[in-house]
Amino acid sequence: MTTTAPTTGQTITIEVQRFRPEADVEPTYESFEIPYSDDVMILDALHHIKDRQDGSLSYRWSCRMGICGSCGMLVNGKPRLACNTLLRDFAPGPVRIEPLTNFPIIRDLVIDLSDFLHKLDEIKPYIIREEEKPLSEGEYLQTPAERERYAQFSQCINCMLCYSACPVYGLSEKFLGPAAIALARRYNVDTRDQGRAWRELVLYQDDGIWECTYVGECSEACPKNVDPAKAIQQTKIEGTLGWYTSLLTPWRGK
Amino acid sequence: MDTATHDVLVVGAGGAGLRAAIAALEAVGDRLNLAIISKVYPMRSHTVSAEGGAAAALKPGDSLELHFEDTVKGSDWLADQDIVEVFVDEVRRELLQLEHWGCPWSRDMDGHVGSRPFGGMSRPRTLHAADKTGFHMLHTLFQTSLKYEGIKRYDEQFVTSLLIEDGKCRGVVAIDAPTGKIHAIYAKAVILATGGGGRIFPFTTNAQICAGDGMALAYRAGAPLADIEFVQYHPTGLPRTGILITEASRGEGGYLFNANGERFLERYVPSKMELGPRDIISRAEIMEFEAGRGFEGPYGNYVHLDLRHLGEAKIMEKLPMVRELVHEYMDLDCVYEPIPVRPVVHYMMGGVRTQLNGETAVEGLYAAGECAVVGLNGANRLGSNSLGEILVFGARAGQAAADYAMGIGAISANPLGQLAEAEEKRIADEYLHSDGKERIATIRDDLWSAMESGAGVYRDEAGLKAACDTLRTLKERYRSVMVDDHSKIFNTELFAALELGFMLDVGEAICHAGLERKESRGAHARRDYPDRDDEKYLKHTLVYQTEGDPRVEYEDVRITKFPPQERKY
Repeated sequence: MTTTAPTTGQTITIEVQRFRPEADVEPTYESFEIPYSDDVMILDALHHIKDRQDGSLSYRWSCRMGICGSCGMLVNGKPRLACNTLLRDFAPGPVRIEPLTNFPIIRDLVIDLSDFLHKLDEIKPYIIREEEKPLSEGEYLQTPAERERYAQFSQCINCMLCYSACPVYGLSEKFLGPAAIALARRYNVDTRDQGRAWRELVLYQDDGIWECTYVGECSEACPKNVDPAKAIQQTKIEGTLGWYTSLLTPWRGK
Repeated sequence: MDTATHDVLVVGAGGAGLRAAIAALEAVGDRLNLAIISKVYPMRSHTVSAEGGAAAALKPGDSLELHFEDTVKGSDWLADQDIVEVFVDEVRRELLQLEHWGCPWSRDMDGHVGSRPFGGMSRPRTLHAADKTGFHMLHTLFQTSLKYEGIKRYDEQFVTSLLIEDGKCRGVVAIDAPTGKIHAIYAKAVILATGGGGRIFPFTTNAQICAGDGMALAYRAGAPLADIEFVQYHPTGLPRTGILITEASRGEGGYLFNANGERFLERYVPSKMELGPRDIISRAEIMEFEAGRGFEGPYGNYVHLDLRHLGEAKIMEKLPMVRELVHEYMDLDCVYEPIPVRPVVHYMMGGVRTQLNGETAVEGLYAAGECAVVGLNGANRLGSNSLGEILVFGARAGQAAADYAMGIGAISANPLGQLAEAEEKRIADEYLHSDGKERIATIRDDLWSAMESGAGVYRDEAGLKAACDTLRTLKERYRSVMVDDHSKIFNTELFAALELGFMLDVGEAICHAGLERKESRGAHARRDYPDRDDEKYLKHTLVYQTEGDPRVEYEDVRITKFPPQERKY
């Protein structure tokens, strides 16, 4: 069939963290030996285990092309997307696969995302306007240069690798976090939006942007070059300038 | 058993589902009790993978008439023309609405939304957001849906069956993935927006979740599947993975070459070349392979998609994700090297038969998007019509379902509760016992083998018949499918087993429908019946589930302004 990778006769060992809440008190590691091929991804290795050896191994995945954000996990300790991480980069193995850090584990490699979804809600990630233009008047004009200013921050696939990499989020789950802040900035900078004041209530509060200490691991981990660290720093600069402005010209905005 | 009750339940949270939910709330307002249920978080829906764009006749020099004609011709005259007329008109407003909601459409220098050429389109009318249009549309729709507090979401809940009472759809039974609890959700109206079924085939652009869920659910509930034999093979999928390389790469000027270095489409569709419709180009590639002019690789034959002459700047502006994908999955740089590509299963023209506003043959049950056949795409869909389709018909279904729900009284839990409990028992009995004999993957491999050989780009009597026979046997074998995982918490193996059941049902319908259609039209190409036969087959296929083999019937296509002609490009 046109979809099976040729195997070399070699094998590779995959160590996977398992946790079955009905049976286990704490996570354990289980090793699987699978056929090695040099053009498959970590995700393909997991499929092999699930399809041929142990159907109970649970992990999320969908698109297998790095756009849906489902398959974030730790591969040899680093947060990666399983679907675009080459197995051959870890040969001869063993390769250790664990769920993303900083999130509660539901089962095996499946983590609880509810905290992020709550934050997504909080930052009001949609166009907010005082007055809507009727559709009959056509589109809001936006030049390519204006689009450029927020385009990078709109590429987030919500994969959570940045939250897993962030040591601040590791210490306190209250921190708003890289993806949420980058998405807030995406809307704040979009020329069509007028909702900045609403988002600033969330961005500049305790556990907002000021918790970030510019470690930069989030941007390092991001598979889509969103550069959330940049978004956070730009938001900090704006916040600081905004504070000075309100200090020096308190009559503004009243 | 836990139960909940809503006015409208949307199954599927991709583009069509989210648009339907928003439209339902806009139509009725706060008093509408609406919920969306999805087996994945909304931003994982397969809409996210769509790349090329969404077409609308917005620019000067274009017209509704042209978009209409292109679509009907593209469909090989199997489209219902009254539907196409509605679509080409309303898609303009839908894409503008999406822009107002923040969708980052690519722009011309003057700030207006830009548009690009696309296959089978006589004018450049495809709006796009770089080459990640589906990603941006989905995230715009999902993020905008968060504005509506009236939407209750059931995330990561797997619908196993519809609740049908007295011939009407009144809800679903679903498994909550994190807890394994089975519960019933009652609703006055259910909208299926569950997408396609590419994973019925081994080599597909589709995500894992595209297993034909909603199609099978409706089919089992007595609704017919229309035109299910029409499976679109996209001309440019990466070998082995099947990852989509968008048609936009040809829209922006890319060329297709065979192993002799020829732009071979000269032989097949000289007036359109690389911008011919997808079915014709996929067939052209297969013919080149059969003539010995394809490249040979470890994953089958391929041709070259060459973007080198576009230059790095253009590729980075218009096709950045193409470059990324080719680099990550093929270890090639398309700025400097041609891309190996081959035909890959991409889209189901077939699905649950509906009327204009998503009404199916089952009262209370609606469908929209790829899982539905409203009549837009006929025997072959034009690229960049699907992203518009989900908006236009998602919105219509949402509104219609909401209006319907507001017009009927409260649902009685009594007979529904018993039905739900029977479903819970069925799942435990059929899947979670210990008599399983065969692994899911073994049955699935045989399904894939049968579909690939029987329902490929080219089909014939023997191949389709063999596939029908194999499917029959597979359904028998499926009764003893083995599920290793008996735990309740996040049992993805149970979901894979349930999905396999859906895939077998829809796969069987595809093979039987294909066997009965003794002509070639659009994406259904029969070696033994190479011509189109309007006299016998200017009709939609309707496949009904029975105790034995599926029953195939036909329904006339609705022609209004564009009488059938020979389909020549």
